[in-house]
Amino acid sequence: MSDVADRVKKIVVEHLGVEEDKVVENASFIDDLGADSLDTVELVMAFEEEFGIEIPDDAAETIQSFGDAVKFISEAS
Amino acid sequence: MFDLTGKSALVTGASGGIGGAIAKALHAAGANVGLSGTRVEPLEALAAELGDRAFVLPCNLGDAEAVTALPKQAIEAMGGLDILVNNAGITKDQIFMRMSDEEWQQVIDVNLTSAMRLCRAVMRPMMKARWGRIINISSIVGATGNPGQVNYAASKAGMVGMTKSIAYEVASRGITANAVAPGFIATAMTDKLTDDQKEAINKQIPSNRMGTPEEIAAAVLYLASDEAGYVTGSTLHVNGGMAML
Repeated sequence: MSDVADRVKKIVVEHLGVEEDKVVENASFIDDLGADSLDTVELVMAFEEEFGIEIPDDAAETIQSFGDAVKFISEAS
Repeated sequence: MFDLTGKSALVTGASGGIGGAIAKALHAAGANVGLSGTRVEPLEALAAELGDRAFVLPCNLGDAEAVTALPKQAIEAMGGLDILVNNAGITKDQIFMRMSDEEWQQVIDVNLTSAMRLCRAVMRPMMKARWGRIINISSIVGATGNPGQVNYAASKAGMVGMTKSIAYEVASRGITANAVAPGFIATAMTDKLTDDQKEAINKQIPSNRMGTPEEIAAAVLYLASDEAGYVTGSTLHVNGGMAML
């Protein structure tokens, strides 16, 4: 697994308090990992901080799953 | 009680009577205070009076870009932003039949839209800190209505609905959002009234007097405190019993 994926997974596990093996490619933050809409905003904020990037609101809305996040961040950073 | 040491507060309309009293109360409780307003001179005079921990941050709240920049300036000056007090407000009184779109829009823009923009801008730092206090200064007329103030009353009632909705969204993050609704408060605005007018007003108030800016500031100080952490989405009416809501 790539470095980006590891770091994203760590943030998701810490923030949502879920088991690491639940954080799979297609895992939806809201449907599978129990996030609420505010959690998704906070995850994006945490990603921005961890990777030193800026994720605009319209892009943030497309980040629905763990895989989405890894893909977006890999392309942006 | 009510120790705000280490917290940073931004107060809009700090050049006015109520805003100045709010800034003084928060400052006396130990907070860093960002003084915002359109008139620089009274802000600087207040900052000089307060001494350390006071920062002048002029801003025209009718200017969307300036409003967006204000929280950033506040964070740069104070190192954080934990408490937002949306106190700035204008009136453009007019009998409703004659009220122009401009008179409506200007009041809504400054009183409601700028408050919304500032609330939105402070969400991020407050969410990160897992602590925040938003205090919006509404008005008794937002609840009761007032002839000649269709625009002002709408803006102040709008603040209450906005405050409650924000409170819902961020309560789980340690952020509270409340409103304070002053009744008649003795300020430069009410000094212009004649003695007869003042007497007529006092007759409608069970306390038989106008309130003081310090009495509003005390309500704000309470809502800003750690002790008020379980109070959110409420409107604290400070009106001498004029409207018991």
